[in-house]
Amino acid sequence: MRNLVRVQTDDFDLNKEYNRLITTNSTCGAVVLFSGLVRDFIPPQQLVSLELEHYPLMTETMLGKLSMQANARWALQRTTIIHRTGKLLPSDQIVLVGVSSAHRTDAFEAAQFIMDKLKTSAPFWKKETLMPNPDSKPESYWVSDKDSDEQLAQRW
Amino acid sequence: MIKVCFFAELRERLGCAELFVQDFSGENINQLKTFIVKQHPHWEKIFLEKKLLIAVNHAMASNDTAIAAGDEVAFFPPVTGG
Repeated sequence: MRNLVRVQTDDFDLNKEYNRLITTNSTCGAVVLFSGLVRDFIPPQQLVSLELEHYPLMTETMLGKLSMQANARWALQRTTIIHRTGKLLPSDQIVLVGVSSAHRTDAFEAAQFIMDKLKTSAPFWKKETLMPNPDSKPESYWVSDKDSDEQLAQRW
Repeated sequence: MIKVCFFAELRERLGCAELFVQDFSGENINQLKTFIVKQHPHWEKIFLEKKLLIAVNHAMASNDTAIAAGDEVAFFPPVTGG
């Protein structure tokens, strides 16, 4: 499959995804893999867990559209977008964007494009549970969108 | 009939994940909002929030997007994935 989109609760294997991106006919000259991780807070705050909600079917549709847009704009061989949902812990892998192409520029730019657009257009929402300090009770709240993400998405 | 879904913080604030709108005679999202608010007056403030996003049949939409029976409409806050 040239373009792969998966939304799943399970973790993903970077090596396996890397190998899938490489085409069998030796024309592949570049692979870019981006993986996003669940980041902990700066102490004394501590992230307990992250809950990822999404809009089933629309997420797959939107991610598929991003793959198509990237393919229309750059000379790509294969693309992979994997996004996890459900409960995640600090340091867990949350998202993967992989792109292969003959030349590095296409792969680098397309991967960045997909990631920037994913952040502002794919219907995922994060709810964080954190400890404000080690002695406090856990608190949960929905993560707010960032203007900086919108600016990064607008540049393409 | 139109299926209406709510997600994330909006779903929690409304205390509602989905509802089915019957006998809607309007033509677009704005009119659908008005129709829903008539049935749920305490939702009005939330529907007027600028940052509320809209999807029709899994594609991003706006207040003047046309809708018809059988469509699936979703309202949700700005996305925060990745």
